[in-house]
Amino acid sequence: MIVGAIGLIYGFLSAPSSIEDVKEIIASQEVHEEGHAAAEETTHHVDGVGVDKSQELAATGAENAHSDEDAHAEHMLHQLQNKPWAATYVAAFFFFMIALGALAFYAVQYASMAGWSPVLYRVMEGITAYLLPGSIIMFVLFVLSGLQFNHLFIWMDPEVVANDEIIQGKEAYLNVPFFLIRAAIYIAGWNIFRFLLRRNSLRHDEVDHNRYYRMNFKLSAGFLVFFMVSESMMSWDWIMSFDPHWFSTLFGWYLFASLFVAAITVIALVTMYLKSRGYLPTVNDSHIHDLAKFMFGMSIFWTYLWFSQFMLIWYSNIPEEVTYYVTRIEDFGLPYFGMVALNFIFPVLMLMNSDYKRINWFVVMTGIIILVGHYLDIYTMVMPATVGKSWFIGVSEISAVLFFGGLFILVVFNALTKAPLLAKRNPFIKESEQFHY
Amino acid sequence: MSSKVIHAIYTDDDLLMQAVKQTREANYHIEEIYTPFPVHGLDKAMGLEPTRLAITSFLYGLVGLGVAISMMNFIMIQDWPQDIGGKPSFSFLENLPAFVPIMFELTVFFAAHLMVITFYLRSKLWPFKQAENPDLRTTDDHFLMEVSVSNHNVEKMSKFLSDTGALEVNLINK
Repeated sequence: MIVGAIGLIYGFLSAPSSIEDVKEIIASQEVHEEGHAAAEETTHHVDGVGVDKSQELAATGAENAHSDEDAHAEHMLHQLQNKPWAATYVAAFFFFMIALGALAFYAVQYASMAGWSPVLYRVMEGITAYLLPGSIIMFVLFVLSGLQFNHLFIWMDPEVVANDEIIQGKEAYLNVPFFLIRAAIYIAGWNIFRFLLRRNSLRHDEVDHNRYYRMNFKLSAGFLVFFMVSESMMSWDWIMSFDPHWFSTLFGWYLFASLFVAAITVIALVTMYLKSRGYLPTVNDSHIHDLAKFMFGMSIFWTYLWFSQFMLIWYSNIPEEVTYYVTRIEDFGLPYFGMVALNFIFPVLMLMNSDYKRINWFVVMTGIIILVGHYLDIYTMVMPATVGKSWFIGVSEISAVLFFGGLFILVVFNALTKAPLLAKRNPFIKESEQFHY
Repeated sequence: MSSKVIHAIYTDDDLLMQAVKQTREANYHIEEIYTPFPVHGLDKAMGLEPTRLAITSFLYGLVGLGVAISMMNFIMIQDWPQDIGGKPSFSFLENLPAFVPIMFELTVFFAAHLMVITFYLRSKLWPFKQAENPDLRTTDDHFLMEVSVSNHNVEKMSKFLSDTGALEVNLINK
């Protein structure tokens, strides 16, 4: 199909240039001297018992204590060395979470026996096709981190841990082998569920009974249970442990809101793209309207969680918790608050009106803004702990997004070409085709 | 003459919808329709304008937001600043996070309550009001369409309405 070909060409066009870019940057930075993590170590020396001080305060403290410029330059260097890794990580995670969120949304549709959405099932399945490559890439990144190729996760560095009592206390959970085992369990679980759901959905087209549909219903319910637990733990492992001293009990939900709204947005965008090419004749305004309602609602849900997390920590003002926001507000003011504006104010004002939710270009525009906003959301989750003050959105960030975006589009549109775009024997397909709000 | 109306009574909502369309095509003016339950798409078939209640609701929300902001600013900052949790409240912006829940609540409160009140005023409803129901059967299983006679020929009109499937056609002097 033409769409697949376009995706393919785009993927190939964006892929080589960006890989070279990333390598170039890494190469140019490796010219600098070695001496990893020394700065971060000193950070934790000063932390000592480490109960009260923020990393950022401690880092400046360390710099002041040493009071020589070398230490600062070294600190900068490590942050910059982390930067392409972190950029890759953010982009890889961003597209991975879209695939995961799409799978969750798909499972919700099945488990709730939704009548409006079956015409979109194949689109959702197509998006979840990126789950396997995306999760493998994530796992490779974890293994590389675990083998000390980079210093994204400072708790993986034995020298850091040796000087940090708090991380030592968490070692039973935060250690490399267990971390990798957990990641393998989540990834295997999600992919098995995804594989079975997709297989049953395709088989269902060919038979004359509804057994596969019922099987998918049960699988979806099972997946949602597994997903909610594994997603929270994934958010602690993969994102929250960047700041190993900090914790938030809301973090799993917060990340969930982010990945869910990003996934729904991508579903809406892909649907509208395919429809504009004439591949989805059964999708009407009302389906777009419903997806836009989800985008609107989930954006508000995300803001609610963002604010809940922020306000409780801001109000209680406990040093070990509040550091998270100190770094983000002081060093990441623009992206941090800019992203709240993009993720909340923009969707609210744009999608509030019922009629606007049916106007395609309105939804597309808002969708793009939401995606940018949630990229920045992940960015501000990862960057402060890995890159610190030396952040900027440069070649590595943009090319990483292009690379993974290209790969994502390639995989997704390839998967879309492999099956008919209408799940024609779904028991609710007639209701869905006639869906009218 | 213009106060004369015809009540056409139907027993099925699909039949009613069809009749509404035919009546409008024949250029008769439908005054009102009484149904025992909400009929989906009836407002569009009758050609009623879309509601403007949502816009009023949005405006009421803005009013609520404004009230919350000025109220919090006056109470917490200007009139009686206090030091709560080590956060002396001398600046509205610096204490903003603590005010956000109140701003949110008052926005919702104003939007919801004023919208309901507006709806009551607009539809001329108030407590203990007598129901304006022309035929009690419309609370059970019958649908009533009220068509104004104005200058049309009554007999021709009754014939037309019977042909649309009306169970009864009554001429009423209002």
